[in-house]
Amino acid sequence: MLTREWLLDDSPASRGQAAAGRAYRVSLDLPRNPLAVAGIVIISILILTAIFAPLIALEGPHGQYLERRLLPPSGDHWMGTDQLGRDIFSRVVYGARITLMIVALVAVISAPVGLLIGAVSGYFGGWVDSVLMGVTDVFLSMPKLVLALAFAAALGPGIENAIIAIAITTWPAYARIARAETLTIRNSEFVAAARLLGASHTRIITRHVLPLCTSSMIIRVTLDMAGIILTAAGLGFLGLGAQPPSPEWGAMISGGRSYIFDQWWVATMPGFAIILVSLGFCFLGDGLRDVLDPKSEGKS
Amino acid sequence: MIARDIRHSAFAGTLVALARFVIVVALTFLGLLALTFFIGRVIPIDPVLAVVGDRATNEQYEVARVAMGLDRHVVVQFASYVLDVLRFDLGMSVSTNRPVAEDLARVFPATLEMATIGILIGVGLGIPAGVLAAAHQGRWVDQVIRVFALLGYSVPAFWLGLVGLAIFYAGLGWVSGPGRVEIFYDGITPVVTGLLTVDSLLDGDWTVFKSALSHIILPATILGVFSLAYIARMTRSFMLDQLSQEYITTARVKGVPGWRVIWVHGFGAIRVPLITVIGLSYAGLLEGSVMIETVFSWPGIGNYLTTALFNADMNAVLGATLVIGAVFIMINKISDVLYRILDPRSR
Repeated sequence: MLTREWLLDDSPASRGQAAAGRAYRVSLDLPRNPLAVAGIVIISILILTAIFAPLIALEGPHGQYLERRLLPPSGDHWMGTDQLGRDIFSRVVYGARITLMIVALVAVISAPVGLLIGAVSGYFGGWVDSVLMGVTDVFLSMPKLVLALAFAAALGPGIENAIIAIAITTWPAYARIARAETLTIRNSEFVAAARLLGASHTRIITRHVLPLCTSSMIIRVTLDMAGIILTAAGLGFLGLGAQPPSPEWGAMISGGRSYIFDQWWVATMPGFAIILVSLGFCFLGDGLRDVLDPKSEGKS
Repeated sequence: MIARDIRHSAFAGTLVALARFVIVVALTFLGLLALTFFIGRVIPIDPVLAVVGDRATNEQYEVARVAMGLDRHVVVQFASYVLDVLRFDLGMSVSTNRPVAEDLARVFPATLEMATIGILIGVGLGIPAGVLAAAHQGRWVDQVIRVFALLGYSVPAFWLGLVGLAIFYAGLGWVSGPGRVEIFYDGITPVVTGLLTVDSLLDGDWTVFKSALSHIILPATILGVFSLAYIARMTRSFMLDQLSQEYITTARVKGVPGWRVIWVHGFGAIRVPLITVIGLSYAGLLEGSVMIETVFSWPGIGNYLTTALFNADMNAVLGATLVIGAVFIMINKISDVLYRILDPRSR
């Protein structure tokens, strides 16, 4: 059954076959895109590092070893040690877990919220649309980082609050995209047919509209991941996100800030981790857009 | 007669469009106020406790609560907040003991100065890079510029600031360190525009100008790098749209030189949409400056915001948020309007 012909069939017999065929086509196209491959490799490394952190790290992320503080990078400590003598490499490895948790939670919270608000807004139109999009526009009219800062300040420091603050600032962009997609779908014949068959609004939105919005949403969320990582690190750097001694990368850079002129590695090393992971998501997002959205191929 | 009617209706149309624009802007500002009000008065579990501290007696607590107007209905509170803001009263800052509005007026020029130099660098390098990438689509120049632009989205601004300080200030000694000017020159230049590089020139004081320039160049360049990434990306995308059009082929067939096709024919067509992009990145620099200013101890609005955050100075946080939001909205609206005026198709 799982043959190439079945997957590439032009007239799939079931929803499952259509989905499998689409996934197969994407999986054929993605490896041909060097940027996407680089992105997938980097993100896979991040995920594996997060899962196997205790095996990869040389020691735990906490503790104090003052006899070996601020040692430069060497064979024993690949990224050197920090002001409390902790091995920076080990802390960066454990930090992968925090970063992965932040991006996953922000995506899980904000993407569905934005998707639903945008779809409802576009589907019903009228005053529902005006009110929901008015609220969305107010959020969009603020710089994201500043809004996240203000929310984090009001909610109080801490990683959970940082995640909530970032999620609050990311959903409006998704709502806009979902609304635009919904507007093009709303008047199509298959939606009219579903309505004639007696499908409820809830059913049309959840079963017919939302699935069609997902591919542009996936691209956008992937491209946003880099921004989310940078905002989270920024909040950590300012002391509003993860709190020391948590090995969050932004908080680690903040900890090494006073040593930047003499012991550069303390603040510099976690930064490389942030850049690598953000770049991975950018590459994947760019590659996904090339593959999933052929209209924009080779552009931007 | 007919001509006058047409002119009359065109005038009325402009008036209606203007009125609609003013209403939209007013509503956006009201939304912004509602948002900051919500952040400041509704989210904190107990805003009074944040002011009086947890050792206050019940009487002190009650006095503070009434003084802050929190015993009134939330709608009344919001209305009085809006009226206060309209009178430029943003409350007192707990940490500086001065009105927040006064503080903001004092620090804003420093941010404006840095962001302006930043956008000049971003536009000056970003547009040629984008055009170059589009002209060599798919070739290595294009790939290098693409990766560089993606790097701009991936590097934390505060990290780049720290590394920049370590290399160019501590390492090579090419530029001055944190701050706006050497400490012994601070405050000797008469304030005219608030932009220190301009003021010191007006004053004819070359020493101060050199010191100010050597302080601003690194943070402004780093800020510019971030707008460069976005501007280069958008320029490339717009150019590719144009270069695939038939008029470009026609020009090439006619034997117009390559550089002329690209810079005069192609680039001429994308100048107007680029204005929106430049406006957006200028507004975006306000955001970037928050982190950069914190790293460089630059006495601007971003540094003011983060200092207020550490001191739990909520009036100052909300005031700075409000001003950044308002400037952000205004730059966006202005670039919208410019786009409409300059592009005949959008009328």
